Amino acid sequence: MTTMTYREAVRSALSEALRRDPRVFVMGEDVGRYGGAFAVSHGLLEEFGPERIRDTPLMESTFVGAGIGAALNGMRPIVEIMTINFSMLAMDQVLNNAATLRYMSGGQLSVPVVVRMATGGGRQMAAQHSHSLEGWYAHIPGISVLVPATVADARGMLLAALEEPDPVFIMEHATLYPMEGEVDEGSGACDIRKAAVRREGQHVSLITYGACLWKALAAAERLAEKGVEAEVIDLRVLRPLDSETILASVRKTRGAVIVEEAWRTGGFAAEVSAQIMENAFDVLDWPVQRVCGVEVPAPYAKHMEDASLPQVEDIVEVVEANLV
Amino acid sequence: MTARTTRSSSAAKKQHYLDLLRQMLLIRRFEERSSDVYQVGKIRGFLHLYIGEEGVAVGAMQTLTPEDAIVSTYREHGHALARGMPANELMAELYGKATGCSKGRGGSMHFFDAERRFYGGYAIVGGGLPIAVGLALADKLMGRKRVTACFFGDGAVAEGEFHESLNLAKLWNLPVLFVCENNLYAMGTALAVSHSVTDLASKAQAYGVPSQAIDGMDVLAIEAATSEAAARVRASDGPEMLEMRTYRFRGHSLADPELYRTKEEVERWKEHDPIPAFIQKLRDLQLLGDPDLEQIEASVKQEVEAAVAFAEASPWEPLEDLTKDVTAS
Ligand SMILES: Cc1ncc(C[n+]2csc(CCOP(=O)(O)OP(=O)(O)O)c2C)c(N)n1
Ligand SMILES: [Mg+2]
Repeated sequence: MTTMTYREAVRSALSEALRRDPRVFVMGEDVGRYGGAFAVSHGLLEEFGPERIRDTPLMESTFVGAGIGAALNGMRPIVEIMTINFSMLAMDQVLNNAATLRYMSGGQLSVPVVVRMATGGGRQMAAQHSHSLEGWYAHIPGISVLVPATVADARGMLLAALEEPDPVFIMEHATLYPMEGEVDEGSGACDIRKAAVRREGQHVSLITYGACLWKALAAAERLAEKGVEAEVIDLRVLRPLDSETILASVRKTRGAVIVEEAWRTGGFAAEVSAQIMENAFDVLDWPVQRVCGVEVPAPYAKHMEDASLPQVEDIVEVVEANLV
Repeated sequence: MTARTTRSSSAAKKQHYLDLLRQMLLIRRFEERSSDVYQVGKIRGFLHLYIGEEGVAVGAMQTLTPEDAIVSTYREHGHALARGMPANELMAELYGKATGCSKGRGGSMHFFDAERRFYGGYAIVGGGLPIAVGLALADKLMGRKRVTACFFGDGAVAEGEFHESLNLAKLWNLPVLFVCENNLYAMGTALAVSHSVTDLASKAQAYGVPSQAIDGMDVLAIEAATSEAAARVRASDGPEMLEMRTYRFRGHSLADPELYRTKEEVERWKEHDPIPAFIQKLRDLQLLGDPDLEQIEASVKQEVEAAVAFAEASPWEPLEDLTKDVTAS
């Protein structure tokens, strides 16, 4: 086991993939000379050269589309979109090309492209740089959406994504990059189909993903001090969603709180809630609850931004208010 | 014209010209027939006909090898036929049958043929250009001397992806042959209503991409220009663009009431119909007699009728397969 940051874990997966598979190349804005907007690809240009670490112009739609085209034609591109906020400019390529080509071609084509991007708020970046739009991507059949919350997943999920025959989108919460964790550097691809039970408990299920995992775990710690045992589910993969793990937990705890940064209306938490209602309504002791982002464009001032995002106290309060 | 062709034997030349004529006629008759079938409701959705523009697909496709790739639009029946995709599979796709080239999942706008490297009809205007750039990038990275031919309309030139794609293709010296089919309209919006600069070829030059405007109603001019441009693209790895000046004789799709142009304008353009013009040229060159033409028309008719019969007789995709091929697993 080695201790490294989330950023280093992504980088180690990138360099391992580049080293062992000549079809792999990295492209995106400032991935080369700048070293990556979040320094994820720092040093890769020096090691692998400009043919494989490709700085693109500012053209999200076209470099994502080019990644799709290169994937169609035998390569294993890893495309970096600087942040999810800019990925809307590429949404047409995602929705209408990456996600459709296998189906529309009657199974003839395969698009093994991996697209990584930073997501989320909490860094006082204001309304245009703080979005959590993973749920929008998770709405689309034909792609996978991964949301690694741990350092080990940051590495293992990227390696796993490269083995997929279909497009994989990886949303890395920007606040996680400096976080340290344990990684087995010899470990390769990890599972990308299952949610993970990060803490076991029998009184309530806290269901979350990405950076909110750490808030949910902190809330569980506080609740434990009060004698409430919360189970914490890290979804890990939003599409395809591991409904079984969610439902098994809720059947055990008979109560669920879903935590996500995204806005409440039509967010991914709504989907999780609906699945619980459809499949485990009969076991619930109290209505499914959501702790979500407040419905405002992300504010800049720290006290306002903090108030707009799910916090540990919010989770604790909701559990206490509902648990009978 | 003889200077343009390297074919030495006149018999081979004649055969080649008759072949070009046959391909154009096949597209014309295939689409006329599909339009009829549409009217009786057996084909639904959008049907965008290429009638009037056949010279472009047929002329441009000649120089491409089986290893080269093609990216097209929703108006791609002509490109698919000229690439050699079987009429049977295309008609079956229009019908939505299981034997269609996309197993009934694509319809008129989304023909695919992986084996012939026909990477599809893209129905979001401009959406195919980045794909073509990526296909060419893979070829370059793998050291393959292949060309990706990317067809799109004058309307697409107004989209950001056109500008992004030409910039990137030139910046990275990728072997893309951009083929702009300028038929003077994007749906009902005329060129001058869309473009501050209506000389589309000149826009490519702004990105350092060599380009020229070609008479898109002259199949031989198209073939010659495309052969030369594709050879340069193949040799140098750099992109080029050809603007084919053409015209569509039918509406944008079969749903178009054509309020935006006059019948007189359409009639004037029909005087430049690429098929009669080519027939006349061949007659003048003594390369085409009435029996040749009759024979070609008959064989095309037979091929189209066989395609309709094939589509009619084909089964529907079973509904158990509705969600098959969304992903591999
Ligand atoms: C992004 C996008 N906007 C609008 C449309 C609707 N639309 C379909 S075809 C078309 C006109 C395109 O014109 P052009 O590129 O010249 O091709 P043509 O149809 O003339 O062959 C429009 C506006 C679309 N499909 N995609
Ligand atoms: Mg047009």
